[in-house]
Amino acid sequence: MWPLEEVPVSTIPRSLLILMLGGIFIIAPWAPAAAGTSGPPVRIGGTLALTGPLGPTSLVHKIAGEISIEQINKRDGLLGRPVEWVLLDDQSKADVTRTLYERLITVDKVDLLVGPYATNAILSALAVAQRYQKMLVHHSFGIPKLATYPMHIPVSALGNEPDKSLPKKVFEAMESTGQAPRTIAIVTSKFSSVHFISVGAREVAAARGLKVVLYLEYEFGARDFAPIATRIKEANPDFLWVGAIGLDANLLLDAFQTIGYKPRGQYHLFPAPGPLINAPGSAFAFAYTSFEAHPPMTNNPSAEELSRLFHERAKQAGLPYPFVETQAASSFASWQLIEAAVNATRSLDDKVLAAWLKANKVDTVYGKLSFDGPNNYGPEYTKVKQIQNGRWVVVWPKEFAAPGTKIVYPAP
Amino acid sequence: MPSLNLLGQALLAGLFTGGLYALLGLGLSLTWGLLRVINLANFALAFLGAYLSYQLATALRLDPFLTLAIVVPAFFVLGVVLQLGFQRFGISELVSLIVTFGLTVILESLIQWIWTADFRRLETPYVRATLKVGTLYVGVSGLLGFVAAAGLTLGTWAWLRWSYLGKAARALAEDGAMAAAFGVDRRRLALLLSGLSAAYAAVAGLFIALSHTLAPSQIYAWMGVVFAAVIIGRLGNALGLLAAAIAIAASEALTMAVTSPGWAPLVSFTLLIVVLLLRPEL
Repeated sequence: MWPLEEVPVSTIPRSLLILMLGGIFIIAPWAPAAAGTSGPPVRIGGTLALTGPLGPTSLVHKIAGEISIEQINKRDGLLGRPVEWVLLDDQSKADVTRTLYERLITVDKVDLLVGPYATNAILSALAVAQRYQKMLVHHSFGIPKLATYPMHIPVSALGNEPDKSLPKKVFEAMESTGQAPRTIAIVTSKFSSVHFISVGAREVAAARGLKVVLYLEYEFGARDFAPIATRIKEANPDFLWVGAIGLDANLLLDAFQTIGYKPRGQYHLFPAPGPLINAPGSAFAFAYTSFEAHPPMTNNPSAEELSRLFHERAKQAGLPYPFVETQAASSFASWQLIEAAVNATRSLDDKVLAAWLKANKVDTVYGKLSFDGPNNYGPEYTKVKQIQNGRWVVVWPKEFAAPGTKIVYPAP
Repeated sequence: MPSLNLLGQALLAGLFTGGLYALLGLGLSLTWGLLRVINLANFALAFLGAYLSYQLATALRLDPFLTLAIVVPAFFVLGVVLQLGFQRFGISELVSLIVTFGLTVILESLIQWIWTADFRRLETPYVRATLKVGTLYVGVSGLLGFVAAAGLTLGTWAWLRWSYLGKAARALAEDGAMAAAFGVDRRRLALLLSGLSAAYAAVAGLFIALSHTLAPSQIYAWMGVVFAAVIIGRLGNALGLLAAAIAIAASEALTMAVTSPGWAPLVSFTLLIVVLLLRPEL
């Protein structure tokens, strides 16, 4: 009834095992039991990067998942049975993810799967899901062309060609200001999804007439950004594109502070939502988003409720930015898809569920999502957000912009 | 062709990062070189120190440097307790590697439990303070970190070289039985060295908090390169460690300045391999 977080401990000496397990019990998540449910629980298994460099963002997914489970159980669970989330820690490692999904299917014998966080881990999980012919609903995959497994269901705003569509949207946003940048510097992590999209940004920028004055790649997990920051300063671009994930954006901004540089415009691809907003020098920074907790997106009833609940839980958990954004919304939507498919088909059969999801449009926190395009991707619905008055607000496309806001570029 | 300003700024960054590597490696170098304990938990202790400094400075509005008055003595005691545990269970050099890795995992979980996995940033005037020297920008927190690293490594080197206790520690590492025959109390000296190592980790933690955004998983990001600096600098040799740390960090920074930054991580281990090939006795 009570889901327990588990962590692989095979490499730890037995004498320490007891202590570690003690720690794990302390941090185990708890979700209330279903009110009007009976029978054995429907077990839905997945991993998140509860530790490792992707940990901060995974925490957002964990909170969103716990809210989802609570709400599903309040609505009498699935098929009248309570729902249990078997959540394991993949440590931000793709190889560990692969092993854990194998374990979820063969040892824990979960009924359904939900995806891990981030592209590398999802690729690993997809391979296992395909081997066992399990449906995999996931929420943060950045390279759609690699997701060829017919029974994967991506909750992704990116569409099928994010390397083209996402940069295009960013440059359109800048052009809409009437002061379009003429030069651009692109620096990117080698982390697969951000690298893929940033390489696309380089091509899209050139095609739109922007001069790429600097292009740099750095290793995922890099610590020292001072030389990179100095090279950007010397290149002096009108606009800076950072293929950032995890700590990158903050580290780069720290380095900018040291050398007294302030970009005229800066876009960070996948920064962890909270930290960047609190970083010195981040005012008017842009980033990718698909959802922010303000109208018109919160006009959707499920979005409004998620925003309220997430805000409460995230504050309790001490998140520096306790508002729903892309990550939380995508996670929540993935659980909405599972619930909708099971309720519609009255089945837990992976093939039946996947077929139903591919054939139907499903109401989610984003509105209606479909999975009938190439590689099961539907239309893209990316947005550009900007830090204004200490909050992330959507500024582009116009129809999703927060009331009363407009793009600020160049930064004052 | 990179400008002189870029090269100068990169070298400065390398110098400061090298100081941080040396601070992180000092405790490891001492315990490994003199006690034959490969204390991986040193990295976790440094981050615990960083989080404690962050917490004390934020909650009590203390100057971050004043937090050292609390954290350093506490960590000294922690180091002593850790060594008592090692002595109690007779932990060997290889086993210490595994046990302290386990401790690192536990400390990481503890940090994550208390402060969550999300990023934390210590906001103080030191973080943003910058001096301009000619065309170069010098971050004050980096500069202070380097001064601390230079002071502690030099002090430790001098202590080991000229003080009675330092000589006793070196004698112990050289020939424990002979040192004991001359009246060196191995047990008490080991407690002192272990306490000192943990106290150094606390100092390293403060400078990590001043110069970096904190996340529990960052513990592991420093291990490889600091290990390389400790080995290249020779175990138990504080000045050697400082020189090696600066050489590695400066090479990394220059690599990032003149080529693709993606090559930088190769530098430390390439240097390690080259040094071991040239001087296998290390």
